[in-house]
Amino acid sequence: MKREIPLFLTAVIGAVMVLGFFMPHPWISVPADFLQQSAVIVVAFGYVLGGANLLRVHLEAISRRERDWPYRIVLVAGLLGTVSVGLFVDGPGFQAQGARTMWIYNNIYAPMNATMFSLLAFFIASAAFRAFRIRTIEAGLLAVAALVVMLGRVPLGDFLARPLTDHAWVPAWLREAPLGTIQQWIMDVPQNAAKRAILIGAAMGVMATGLRVILGIERAYLGGGE
Amino acid sequence: MSHLDASRGPARAGVALAILLSFAPRHAAAATAAPDTPAPPAAPAGLVFEDVPNDAGREMDLRWTLSPDDTSGGRRVTGYLLLRAATPGGPWAVVDSVGAGVHEHRDGTLHRDSSYFYRVAAVGPGGRTLAGAAAGPAIARAAWFNSTRGSVLAFMALFFLLVLYYMYMAQSGRKPFVRRLAGIDAIEEAIGRATEMGRPVLYVPGIQDIDEMQTVASLIILESVARITARYETPIRVPVAYPIPFTIAQEMVRSGHINAGRPETFDAKSVSFVSPEQFAYVASLTGIMLRDRPAAHLFLGSFYAESLMLAETGFSTGAIQVAGTANVHQLPFFVVACDYTLIGEELFAASAYLSGEARLVGGLKGADMLKVAIVVVVIVGCVLETMGVHGLTRWMQTQ
Repeated sequence: MKREIPLFLTAVIGAVMVLGFFMPHPWISVPADFLQQSAVIVVAFGYVLGGANLLRVHLEAISRRERDWPYRIVLVAGLLGTVSVGLFVDGPGFQAQGARTMWIYNNIYAPMNATMFSLLAFFIASAAFRAFRIRTIEAGLLAVAALVVMLGRVPLGDFLARPLTDHAWVPAWLREAPLGTIQQWIMDVPQNAAKRAILIGAAMGVMATGLRVILGIERAYLGGGE
Repeated sequence: MSHLDASRGPARAGVALAILLSFAPRHAAAATAAPDTPAPPAAPAGLVFEDVPNDAGREMDLRWTLSPDDTSGGRRVTGYLLLRAATPGGPWAVVDSVGAGVHEHRDGTLHRDSSYFYRVAAVGPGGRTLAGAAAGPAIARAAWFNSTRGSVLAFMALFFLLVLYYMYMAQSGRKPFVRRLAGIDAIEEAIGRATEMGRPVLYVPGIQDIDEMQTVASLIILESVARITARYETPIRVPVAYPIPFTIAQEMVRSGHINAGRPETFDAKSVSFVSPEQFAYVASLTGIMLRDRPAAHLFLGSFYAESLMLAETGFSTGAIQVAGTANVHQLPFFVVACDYTLIGEELFAASAYLSGEARLVGGLKGADMLKVAIVVVVIVGCVLETMGVHGLTRWMQTQ
């Protein structure tokens, strides 16, 4: 029964959700919407489990003085402090303007978040350095395409390229914005074709996985044992 | 249409204000009517209604003929007011207002199977003029089937039939040939390397919740990965961003150990909940990479801006990295920074590859056959469009 009941529930709920996509009638759409909204309740319980796990892992590490344990104190203090301020100081208005939790969010969390995000610029630079090392024909094509696209997207690119294309034998449609036209073609045709092929494949992967789960063929998520 | 109107919020607010202003002083104005007060605009006409098809019975399309005074540049009509009542005699309630020159509107605030009557009034500086007769009864019916999604249903049915057929064939002993994917083979190789180095394996199931199918696929793969790590007695670390995937991931890792015949080696702390906040999650993962130095990083699931931050940090530690995602914009980052990348559908196929189970592998063949069908439809569609035949394109369009 440990396996049969979840399999049955998965099949029924999955079927209702699929039907909800094709049948707008309230007899189907209302239960489908209800099931979707009910997930919030399950998620709420999940956060309790997640929070308990977080405390358990880090408090144990602190008690054992594992490596870098002082940082774990900061994490636990941050978690408990923010939750306490939200629960006992701000109460239901914890998201209101001027609430202390909002102060914590705006002045501690948001700057740290922005700091992490800003690191992305440096990671892009280091990754681009590796990506554009031309060692094979494919890497060469990638580098040329990237160069054209990057230059073609700024006015300077066309300004620099125009003397090269300002000849009678160059077609008129290419003369005005040579790099801009080529980069647009790269983005619209080869890039878009590859992207759509990946998306179609991924969509079918989603459907196949969904079908396997709904039909109970894929049951690894039920866990081990009977 | 309402969705077009909604995109013109400020303009609509202005129209509504003008209409309200035109109504507000009506009684007072009647008492102190100035001789130069403009005349009310001529009435609009021909109000017709049509139940919106393929919906849940909550919408009605309304169309009318503009007032003769509603001319381009003219200022005698500032807008139209739509009124609704349950009976032809009223009482009438204002449903919505639209600007001058607009002759259609979608009323989306109806109760299914109820009767409604509509009137339309032209509004201008000189007052308002109602159209003569009420239109109705208009009854919004709920559709049982959204006919615009017929093509999706047809393809889905074909897909399901193909998948089920090839699963049946595979179970009957005719297991289809499946080309090996370097990225999937590399997963076991990476775990083997971690075992040799005596370091853990880091498994990252993406930063989306369980409602994202990539997360589901990743958690299914996790069971196979955990089975291999259990067999090699290599520790695995699975930091998870959301609580529901966290509980499932714990179950998957436990399941992997049980299926490997080593339930006693399962460590509940190997799966940990981190944070649904994107960059808090990144901070935690990069910390794990730099402190614990896992020898293998497996990024399988849905990723966004953090993909490159994780992969580049992992690259700097010298770990072997295998990534897989269906988020096309993140694929280039993974291709650059990781040793192997599962592209799009390969992520969803990985669990079948790793498990080798006949039914799951049979499903892959079914998906491939549907791809052939889609390619054929795309080619046929291109030919028909070129010939000026639009039937197939229309059939494929959904709402």
